[in-house]
Amino acid sequence: MTELADRPSTTTPAIGQSVRRKEDARLLTGHTNWTDNIQLPGALHMVFVRSPHAHAKITRVDLSGALAMPGVVAAFSADNLGEANPKVICVWNVVENTVMPDFPALASGEVRYVGDIVAVVLATERYLAADAAEAVEVDYQPLPAVIDMEAALAEGADLVHTDKGTNECFTKHYAQGDYEKASAAADLVVSRRFVNQRLIPCPMEPRAVVAAPMGTSGELTIWSATQIPHVLRVILTLTTGIPENRLRVIAPDVGGGFGAKLQVYREEQLAVALANKLGRPVKWTETRTENMVATHHGRDQIQFVDMAVKRDGTILGMRVRLLANMGGYLQLLTPGIPLLGQTMFNGIYKMDAYDFTCTGVFTTTTPTDAYRGAGRPEATFAIERIIDEVAVELSIDPVELRRKNWIRHDEFPFHTIGGETYDSGNYEAATARAMELFDYDGLRAEQRRRRDANDPVQLGIGISTFTEMCGLAPSRWLANMGYAAGGWEHCTIRVLPTGKAELVTGTSPHGQGHETAWSQIASDTLGIPVEDIEVIHGDTRTSPYGMDTYGSRSLAVGGVAILHAAEAVVAKAKQIAAHMLEVAPEDLEFVDGSFRVKGDPGSAKAIQAVAWEAFTSHDLPDGIDPTLYGTATVDPQVFSYPHGTHLCAIEVDTETGGATIRKYVAVDDIGVQVNPMIVEGQVHGGLAQGIAQALWEGAAYDEDGNLITASLADYLLPTAVDVPEYITDRTVTPSTTNALGTKGVGEAGAIASTPAVVNAVLDAVRHLGVQEVPMPCTPQTVWRALQAAAASDSEAGAA
Amino acid sequence: MIPASFDYVRPASVDDAVSALAEAGDDAKVITGGQSLLPLLRVRLAAPSVLVDCGRIEEMRGVSDEGSSLLIGAATTHHEVMTSALVKAHAALLAAATATVADPQIRHRGTFGGSLAHADPAGDLPAVALALDCVLVAAGPNGRREIPATDFFVDYFTTALEWDEVLVAVRVPKLGSDQGWGFHYEKFNRTAQAWAMVGVAAAVRRSNGSIAQARIGLTNMGPTPLRASSTESSLTGAPASVGAVADAARQAAEGTSPTSELHAQADYREHLARVLTKRAVLAAAGIA
Repeated sequence: MTELADRPSTTTPAIGQSVRRKEDARLLTGHTNWTDNIQLPGALHMVFVRSPHAHAKITRVDLSGALAMPGVVAAFSADNLGEANPKVICVWNVVENTVMPDFPALASGEVRYVGDIVAVVLATERYLAADAAEAVEVDYQPLPAVIDMEAALAEGADLVHTDKGTNECFTKHYAQGDYEKASAAADLVVSRRFVNQRLIPCPMEPRAVVAAPMGTSGELTIWSATQIPHVLRVILTLTTGIPENRLRVIAPDVGGGFGAKLQVYREEQLAVALANKLGRPVKWTETRTENMVATHHGRDQIQFVDMAVKRDGTILGMRVRLLANMGGYLQLLTPGIPLLGQTMFNGIYKMDAYDFTCTGVFTTTTPTDAYRGAGRPEATFAIERIIDEVAVELSIDPVELRRKNWIRHDEFPFHTIGGETYDSGNYEAATARAMELFDYDGLRAEQRRRRDANDPVQLGIGISTFTEMCGLAPSRWLANMGYAAGGWEHCTIRVLPTGKAELVTGTSPHGQGHETAWSQIASDTLGIPVEDIEVIHGDTRTSPYGMDTYGSRSLAVGGVAILHAAEAVVAKAKQIAAHMLEVAPEDLEFVDGSFRVKGDPGSAKAIQAVAWEAFTSHDLPDGIDPTLYGTATVDPQVFSYPHGTHLCAIEVDTETGGATIRKYVAVDDIGVQVNPMIVEGQVHGGLAQGIAQALWEGAAYDEDGNLITASLADYLLPTAVDVPEYITDRTVTPSTTNALGTKGVGEAGAIASTPAVVNAVLDAVRHLGVQEVPMPCTPQTVWRALQAAAASDSEAGAA
Repeated sequence: MIPASFDYVRPASVDDAVSALAEAGDDAKVITGGQSLLPLLRVRLAAPSVLVDCGRIEEMRGVSDEGSSLLIGAATTHHEVMTSALVKAHAALLAAATATVADPQIRHRGTFGGSLAHADPAGDLPAVALALDCVLVAAGPNGRREIPATDFFVDYFTTALEWDEVLVAVRVPKLGSDQGWGFHYEKFNRTAQAWAMVGVAAAVRRSNGSIAQARIGLTNMGPTPLRASSTESSLTGAPASVGAVADAARQAAEGTSPTSELHAQADYREHLARVLTKRAVLAAAGIA
């Protein structure tokens, strides 16, 4: 940790306390400004006409029926919107020749997924717009759907974008060491094909946007349920041509995102373009049905993984070949998402060779993009599954195999085969704590008993020792990866005349609890109580530029900016206090919010008094300007690498195939915790999402490209009664790469838990001959795997 | 939630409701709790011209004792049914199955009659009504008629109710534990709020160490709820033993025609019907 000399030494620092969340009362009661609550006089409501075909030529769009309907003010297709039809853009050019198809906001000529937008109707009421949208006539000439990635790459495959001549978006290769040599030297190469299925993010609040010409200048104000107000403004100006200074973007309270709102959507662009064109406010709120097909999806990889090992379990090398589903078009970050896993497939393990290839594939499906973990859960799933497969092949306990290969705590910082430098970690400590909480030996004994008794309910134990990279991102790293922007963060703290403070951040919370945690960080340095600090975010007019919230970056990057901004405030305040107390600044110490003369604690000025002095500025020292503000911008030099050990015990009912989690232990090491209660919440939510990928969630298309899991009746999200009571704990190994020592926790649970659960399911039934159960491990898939194993067993017996 | 426009009437009596339906024509729809109809309206899978809200008709609410049977108003909420002392005492199977319907919010709005009239093959209560030999009371322009549950469920989402009829009440024959009856509803779903992949409603009467009678209703094993007739026959007079029940349960899928979906294909559903029938009967008969 860096110098903290100017932080007050208080007996109860706010950092580390489970301070109750300031924002919860308004968020939980809904008495707040969700975007859909914003009502503007004269607003027009947009309803979209979406393609029912996965792939088709648009041969005719007739808007006349809709235009004749009550309340309808305008209707557009690509034909009559013309030049004002915005283009959706991708800012992540992952290789030199990335195929970037044209992606008009209103589809032009062809539709490429069910839900693609063909037309928009604007009416004075939402219901009237919906009625009129049904009166828009569209003729389609169906084209072949392209659903399966492997088939899409085959010779002569039907093309998603005929003009591109290929369904291959890009292929990126990365290698360190000599994998061929490693595999030649290996006693065993274990090869597996894993499918990391497509997921639908499903934030509680669907998307919503309001765009309105405001004020005398006609500036366009955009309220959007977004994670990225700042990035959104830049992209909107680039794609609509409206000057940036005439765009103001506000992210009011936002009800969850999980990456789905780390996006610039065509609906947002159309709201802005049409508000600008029509000179009236334009509003749209997504229905849940739209959300399932029109908000970007996540994951969707086929992974071919080879691991070369010695008989004693030493890992020599690893080869990964990925197919990553892009969907029908590229959204903001689409091709970069699988590549966020490029540096993570090696996990926490040492090896001498790593060979990675990823091919992005176009299909006629909803575009994919970031979803909680974004590339890292997929990588973690592959490494933590293949490790278990190696353990089985070599008859080594899966914990022992991990221990043999992981980076020891005394080897940090460690330069990995994936090309990253891991800052710190203690896998031994987290694993030991997890094993203790889990009763590993006791559960293994019970597992043996159930196997011996041929119990219809079998017990499986799964482990996952994960790491991930947090703190997106060093701007230079992003440049190397072909990303169009940086990853820095900004904070301004304004101490007001009466000693209260406004903290203006570039991060943009959507449920995380930034208002509380950021206040805690500032409070410790400023000596101002948490409740006296107001956190201001999500408005490009009031906040300085920032890079918003995603990728577990807000604390590790934005939090450090807060610390440095607060330090700047204290440094200035100290000058003023010294002047007030008629001593030199070096003679002062800052304790409990007061500048005290060393050796004379009776002579002191509270920071609140200094703030008033800075406001009146009647008698400031020479060279000190009025006001008490501090500002800092932080561009991280390296990532931080939280880690953890998760253990799952699962009961598999071999009669029905049903799997029920019996016990789940998560010991995470995320470095210094600012607010342990918020950490706990993040871990719980992440676990629910990761477990859900293992057991419940999975987007599925039929061969015609219809999403057959297009409602929450078919796409199953767990509720509180479906997930187990988690047993959680933390070990604390501070990050060495930032002044707070923090790492990041927003995605940890979702990354770690999926392989732990699947490993447990397999462990329960592997002795019955089951080799693999695809996700989600539904009762039917488990039952079929058991049936197939029994059939092949009896065939083998007959032979 | 963007339904097409509709008119809304809220009659105060069954007679008024029948008149309202007659006036509105066959494009009208009865609504009580709205837990099945509103989801269809909001995605415009249904677009009735008039909604006749029978949810507040006093006569259609509550549970009364009619001697050998209970009379449950069609607009009685699931919560009221499952917490009714009369239902718990005389129709414990219904109470148990109702407690598995969706979640507490839905159980406070959704109604017993609405669930039956909706006739979703995945709904839990139609199979219970069938297993308990309930009789459904409908009111129409020509007065009231009684429809046995076996005749009520016609096809997917289709009942014997005419378009101008209102389901008023359900007569549930009493089956008491004092007569040796035991009950169990075995529901198999992937998450707690999800519809049943398969459900088995079992009422079993034991007598002198053997099974005197078994009534078994199957949920989601065909277009309508079904009775597991072969299993019922095999169980009659069979010893109350695990082996006998397991043998009989092997016939549970006979005569069924379940649909295939992504996570529950027909052969898997048939398998589940056999496994769950065994479990339901064992639990209902109190066989460890």
